[in-house]
Amino acid sequence: MQHADTEIVSAVTPIIERWRHEEGPLLPILNGIQRELGYVPREVLPVIADALNLSRAEVYGVVSFYHDYREKPAGRHVLKLCRAEACQSMGGEAIAERLQSLLGVKFGETAADGSVTLEEVYCLGLCACSPAAMLDGEVIGRLDEEKAAEIAREVRA
Amino acid sequence: MCFVNEIDYGTPASRSDKTVTLTIDGKDVTVPEGTSIMRAARMAGIEVPKLCANDMVKAFGSCRLCLVEIEGRAGTPASCTTPVAEGLKVSTQTERVQAIRRGIMELYMSDHPEDCPACAAGDCEMARMAETVGLKEIRYGREGENHIWPAHDGAANPHFLEPDLSNPYFAYDPSQCIVCSLCVRACEEVQGTFALTVEGRGFESRISAGMNEPFLESECVSCGACVQACPTGALREKSVIELGMPEWSTVTTCAYCGVGCSFKAEMKGEQVVRMVPYKEGKANRGHSCVKGRFAYGYATHKDRILNPMIREKITDPWREVTWEEALAHVAKEFRRIQYQYGRGAIGGITSSRCTNEETYLVQKLVRQGFGNNNVDTCARVCHSPTGYGLKTTFGTSAGTQDFDSVEHADVVMLIGANPTDAHPVFASRMKKRLREGAKLIVIDPRRIDLVRTPHVEAAYHLPLRPGTNVAVLTALAHVIVSEGLVDEAFVRERCEWDAFEDWAEFVLQPENSPEAVEKVSGVPAETIRAAARLYATGGNAAIYYGLGVTEHSQGSTAVMAIANLAMATGNIGRPGVGVNPLRGQNNVQGSCDMGSFPHELPGYRHISDEATRAIYEKIWGVKLDEEPGLRINNMLDAAVEGSFKGIYIQGEDILQSDPNTRHVAEGLAAMECVVVHDLFLNETANYAHVFLPGSTFLEKDGTFINAERRINRVRKVMEPKSRYADWEATQELARALGLNWNYKHPSEIMDEIAATTPTFAGVSYDLLEREGSVQWPCNEKAPLGTPVMHVDGFVRGKGKFVRTAYVATDEKTGPRFPLLLTTGRILTQYNVGAQTRRTDNVVWHAEDRLEIHPFDAENRGIRDGDWVKLASRAGETTLRAKVTNRVAPGVVYTTFHHPDTQANVVTTEYADWATSCPEYKVTAVQVSPSNGPTEWQRDYREHAQKSRRVVHAEPAE
Repeated sequence: MQHADTEIVSAVTPIIERWRHEEGPLLPILNGIQRELGYVPREVLPVIADALNLSRAEVYGVVSFYHDYREKPAGRHVLKLCRAEACQSMGGEAIAERLQSLLGVKFGETAADGSVTLEEVYCLGLCACSPAAMLDGEVIGRLDEEKAAEIAREVRA
Repeated sequence: MCFVNEIDYGTPASRSDKTVTLTIDGKDVTVPEGTSIMRAARMAGIEVPKLCANDMVKAFGSCRLCLVEIEGRAGTPASCTTPVAEGLKVSTQTERVQAIRRGIMELYMSDHPEDCPACAAGDCEMARMAETVGLKEIRYGREGENHIWPAHDGAANPHFLEPDLSNPYFAYDPSQCIVCSLCVRACEEVQGTFALTVEGRGFESRISAGMNEPFLESECVSCGACVQACPTGALREKSVIELGMPEWSTVTTCAYCGVGCSFKAEMKGEQVVRMVPYKEGKANRGHSCVKGRFAYGYATHKDRILNPMIREKITDPWREVTWEEALAHVAKEFRRIQYQYGRGAIGGITSSRCTNEETYLVQKLVRQGFGNNNVDTCARVCHSPTGYGLKTTFGTSAGTQDFDSVEHADVVMLIGANPTDAHPVFASRMKKRLREGAKLIVIDPRRIDLVRTPHVEAAYHLPLRPGTNVAVLTALAHVIVSEGLVDEAFVRERCEWDAFEDWAEFVLQPENSPEAVEKVSGVPAETIRAAARLYATGGNAAIYYGLGVTEHSQGSTAVMAIANLAMATGNIGRPGVGVNPLRGQNNVQGSCDMGSFPHELPGYRHISDEATRAIYEKIWGVKLDEEPGLRINNMLDAAVEGSFKGIYIQGEDILQSDPNTRHVAEGLAAMECVVVHDLFLNETANYAHVFLPGSTFLEKDGTFINAERRINRVRKVMEPKSRYADWEATQELARALGLNWNYKHPSEIMDEIAATTPTFAGVSYDLLEREGSVQWPCNEKAPLGTPVMHVDGFVRGKGKFVRTAYVATDEKTGPRFPLLLTTGRILTQYNVGAQTRRTDNVVWHAEDRLEIHPFDAENRGIRDGDWVKLASRAGETTLRAKVTNRVAPGVVYTTFHHPDTQANVVTTEYADWATSCPEYKVTAVQVSPSNGPTEWQRDYREHAQKSRRVVHAEPAE
């Protein structure tokens, strides 16, 4: 087993301590770590497992289930584009192509300059304003060429 | 030839005593409330198709193949997760459910290899289920997204995962996996390790060991539960992949630890293809550990010696001879020695590894043939204090419960035992109960796994200084008495009141208070108090203990202190409570039961008892010596003095397993005829003059008795490779000595045991065939055996409290030897390692390591992995250090599985006052950096190499 980086451990310890005695502490801890570090480093999983007296397999199983938990830090901006049916029917496919080429990354990738991470999501609950996306937590509806360009400018800034 | 097939009911049995009647496919079925429809159907002989269910784990309802229709209910519920209810009308074969099943199976098969080798071999449920549900074609093909192909149309398949072959015993091929999660659930619910998980979600869901690690690097302990549970070929034994499917099988008993698991030996001709735990085995209930399940390769290892050998001097090379020559030689030598040095100059040692029948014959050979009582057994060095202590207090030399009892315990007190390593299958059963909410108290110098392991955490851990068990146990009693927690009604009714009062007065003395004991034991008084309160008031409280209790100068006292606690709190005589020694070896209980001790005839009857002697004198036709014979250590002492000259040692490696190796070597070297009867040229054989090749448990019929007094059958699956099963070899030796023995089958030996031993009076092979196994006493009063003892009264009449004054061992730390060494075991290795070192288990534990606390290590400039010298006043050895805070400062720990380490060079001759059980668990030592083996290790290795030379006999032409 690799040993956790002491710096990372000291960063996550307060988060673990904050939640470990609550009921169902694993998700709050993972959320807290993701908020604090921007991702859930693999080496903290055994630390969490030990604190909660779980096996590291169990913690890994939970972390890997949720796409939102990242293994690596994301770019400075995170763009999530809806790929579900309603958005697809409203030209989402073309927007997806456009954004990938504008940003120079494929889905699931982070730009080489660390500016942006592009992710797929399946429904943002914004079907009435399809195609939809979410940039750093803010939803954007009725995407078109122009808005896509604007997003690209914003994340490159 | 027959194949033992067990019915899989799909979901576990319900424990309810209320019954429910329902109709399944027109048949009325009455089952316990809480039973699943799937199980009820199977009980009625109706098999509902399934993939993700078996009766070892809770229902999960993920494969959707077991759907049924219930009159008046909407939809098609899964029969595994739907409990029965009064008057339900269930249909398992409607057109609707059949169509759904075909549809589901079609989807499954579209992502299952067409050429699945396991399917072809009949080791994969997929092919069988496809046929059962009548699947004809796969309309979707297998070309879409799949997990089957490494690459498709030249492009790598991102979903494809390479097989994981890291575990030496089983392979994981993800391409065959249907992610039913049975393996994950078996690992969690049955084994309790939680090493597996499902990673990802949806189509990306995969089974992962640890955090997507190779199995070998994960938390996996290789118990095999996942392999057994897997309905596909995704998890398969490598031996099955290599040898193909077994053709016949029979039920037998594992020859490793004292749990005594039942296995189906699945065979191809005379070759073991795999060992599969047997669900009807009452000790293991269908579970196994890495040793019994996989580590049987030693049985056919090339190191096995298959021909008898003799030599003049122990420095000579061995010379292979015929059985006739070897036996005649032994007979001549033994008779010469007796003529020359006296009748008592020879003796025998029985084995806790051999069957009851074999052990019985060895002690019979000594008593009838040698005409003395110089017989002892390796139980001397492990659980003899248990025999003495429990006999004194309760009246029987054995544990009080069956293993099922733990399912009813509310508090488990574990003393000087490390079940997850040494008794893994029982540990899994215990962990299951602990996960259900039972509380755990651990009394152990070392932080064993059970102190804190996923989903199990001890309420209290009392990390006492080695050698202070009696002080701590008496302090627990002090709290129970002083705080009024005694079950007085129980004590008045069931125990000797005078003895109790005397004991109560004793335990209340101030030196037995937790505060006083804190000073000697290092355990905080408050922890002792809290643990005592929990034990006395937490409901059904059961004590399980191991060699950490017995292998001390006060081992017998500690056993009695344990018995006192159980009696004082009324925790005796019903399920869920009791005093349970965890026996180390497969048949250590049996070897004790069979009269292996120099002072006892079978059934723990003292040799001085005339009536008992008369029974044997009558059927054996000799006069028996009424004086107890020599114990192992006395034999060795007498050998050094020159009055003991010959010994027959069956299946035991006393040089490696007994304390103070140099003394043992000296004793053996002083003898004129040392006969070793073993599978391998073990360490003791380096000092032997005659070697008789032994047989494995696979090569003979017989019985083992496990830690719960259970008599389990051992069944022969192959002919003895060395011509004779051990019982036959002993019989041939007896004949060579002029005794008229004519046993044709071990069952006849058991008949003799039953005829002469009251506790075994009802035992016969017929009974064992019918019942599977029975727990002694088995006689007129208990024709089917006795799962729980002392139910209505103690065997001795009234339970007896005994004062247990703490006397510190003479083995004390001082400036020269400031640390305390204690010893133990590890999961994958067994005892002196003669078997497990000859299997792939060495990938987990290739050497013995010395565990040392970081504080002590740093003081000495020792880093993890460094070579260190371990020295006591008895001797010194070297091994590599493992720096860990599992041990407390001042304590070091090692295992003794490897002969190169020779941990017992260091242990001393101090022993239990009552039984001479050696004090392995406490040795004052010093540890210092070292750069290589000690002189003794070098000399010994040289001698060992030299003494193992064999001159092969030329073919007689």
